[in-house]
Amino acid sequence: MTVTEERERTRPRPATVSGSSSFRALSVAMFKGFVRDKATLFFTFLFPLMFLLIFGLIFGNQGASKTEVGVVGEGQVIQALERSEAVELKRMDSAEAAEQQVRSGDLPAFVAQDGTDVTLRFAASDRTRAGTVYGIVRGVVDRVNVAATGQPPRFELDSAQVEDSSLKPIQYLAPGLMSWAVSIAAVFGAALTFVNWRKKQVLRRLRLAPVWPLTVLGSRLVVSLGVALLQFGVFVGIALLPVFGLQLSGQWWLAVPLLLLGTLAFFSVGMLIGALCKTEESANGASNLVVLPMAFLSGAFFPTDLMPQWLQNAAQVLPMRHLNEGMLDVMVRGEGVDALAVPALVLVAFTAVLGLLAAKLFRWED
Amino acid sequence: MSPPALTVTDLTMSYGELRAVDGVSFEVAEGEFVGILGPNGAGKTTTLEIAEGLREPDSGTVRLLGESPWPRNLALLPRIGVQLQASAFFEKLTAREQLETFGALYGVGSARVDEMLDLVGLSDKAGTPEAKLSGGQRQRLSIACALVHDPDVVFLDEPTAALDPQARRNLWDVLREIQARGKTIVYTTHYLDEAEVLCDRVAIMDQGRILAMDTPARLVRDLDAATHVTLERGALPADDARALPGADGVTQDEVSLTIATRAPAPLLTALAERGTLDGLQVRTATLEDVFLHLTGREYRA
Repeated sequence: MTVTEERERTRPRPATVSGSSSFRALSVAMFKGFVRDKATLFFTFLFPLMFLLIFGLIFGNQGASKTEVGVVGEGQVIQALERSEAVELKRMDSAEAAEQQVRSGDLPAFVAQDGTDVTLRFAASDRTRAGTVYGIVRGVVDRVNVAATGQPPRFELDSAQVEDSSLKPIQYLAPGLMSWAVSIAAVFGAALTFVNWRKKQVLRRLRLAPVWPLTVLGSRLVVSLGVALLQFGVFVGIALLPVFGLQLSGQWWLAVPLLLLGTLAFFSVGMLIGALCKTEESANGASNLVVLPMAFLSGAFFPTDLMPQWLQNAAQVLPMRHLNEGMLDVMVRGEGVDALAVPALVLVAFTAVLGLLAAKLFRWED
Repeated sequence: MSPPALTVTDLTMSYGELRAVDGVSFEVAEGEFVGILGPNGAGKTTTLEIAEGLREPDSGTVRLLGESPWPRNLALLPRIGVQLQASAFFEKLTAREQLETFGALYGVGSARVDEMLDLVGLSDKAGTPEAKLSGGQRQRLSIACALVHDPDVVFLDEPTAALDPQARRNLWDVLREIQARGKTIVYTTHYLDEAEVLCDRVAIMDQGRILAMDTPARLVRDLDAATHVTLERGALPADDARALPGADGVTQDEVSLTIATRAPAPLLTALAERGTLDGLQVRTATLEDVFLHLTGREYRA
């Protein structure tokens, strides 16, 4: 092939520049920029995983440890208490020694049985634990009493928890921290890309190329969606490890489409910040200002029941609140596609409103 | 004769009180290399941005390759190449990847990318991240990105600014090669000496107006300025120098004696006959003198 033919072949045909070639090239360029930036990778993957570890340790311990109670003597009540596995028993030699430990705060209570006499002594300084121990011992004593009468109990209490597996902290931490992680990647990613491109005049350069603004926007969005999928894979994969012990319920995969809708909503937040901010520093600050409070109020780190009711109501405007709720429903609470309707609608509406606002405020250059 | 590649007529553009561009008109023929010269703030960049279609002028018209570049003209964009003042690159990509990405926006394949790397002398830097290139290399990459789609008209905004002398010379070779390929080039610079060497024609701009536009040689000639012949001091007594044929005036300082003349030939002949050519320098007028003449003040970039 001669040089002239080669040039002829590679010479562009202005009228037929394909949108898909631009779209692919821009997506690839941005994806490469993403994976080559170590700081971004850290904040996208490792940073949220660190929190999975930290929160796992904080809340995990609380759930696992049982209250320890001192026991003195032998008898049916003590045996029943042991079988109930509701409390940890610590054998003591004498009631005096046990009482000494309760007084000094080492034990919340002790139980002594001598024949039919059962004694419970507790430290009222720790009311919550004292109440718990009292309730447990009272229940065991009553049960042993009923059994001793030889009659079947008249009232049966049927109690079971509503979740199909024990709602250990990991069950709400994993979906919560994941939506937080996805919001970090999508909000910061969109905001910083647009500010950086405007500042470095990449947007201006793109404006001089035959490419539609929607192609530019779409290619960045595709990268964000891809990153969200990667985050989902990594997060669920690690949370499923025995150390963390996440247990997924039947239709957990329904979380994927919801997560993508959530990414759209976060992306629109990033677009808005990117349209409003002039420097990377301000975009960074603004993104932090949005993402962290949103994560707390949306129950990404702890259940929202801990918040006052008015705050819970206010949090309903946050997209992450609905993303969280939907993901908990399908991943942990074993609900089906019906549970996604409301969250999906809210996320789409949120994206539409913020996306339009961002498009209105969009500037090619300062 | 083919129609001009670029015609701008009566452009004006104000930023608040400031008239950045104030009634600018000029034409650039196909294949011509035109420089817009002037100090910072003269309105060069704004004029260029209006011509490229990045800005809408307050008044006036632009015809670029027979079409209007404003509003954004998608059919025209593939035919023009623009290198911006800031180096507009994607983050974390290598030189080759930058070119491939920009090329793909125009549907250009990788063969063209190699050709561009070769043209700007960056073939051995193809795999280097853009951030690790030197200032001159980055500037050349930026020009390669502007040319990757083989445009007919190329706009370059201060391509040689902030480069060391060697890098500037390298870039001059690139610019000459682009012109040799038949491209029309419009570029801005505040280096008058550079424009004198490179351009077919230059427009001298100050405070939003084009003061003169012609070939550098004709601008200098029309100035009808004196030629200055400088000798080592002591080579010739000042009084003897004043008596030489063609000598219009003589000045002296600690190291040299300078004779102003409008007839250099008889003067130089006379000096040669006296055997006083050692260390002799002849300085004709330059574009800086033209600028001084047109604006009444010294040129300061």
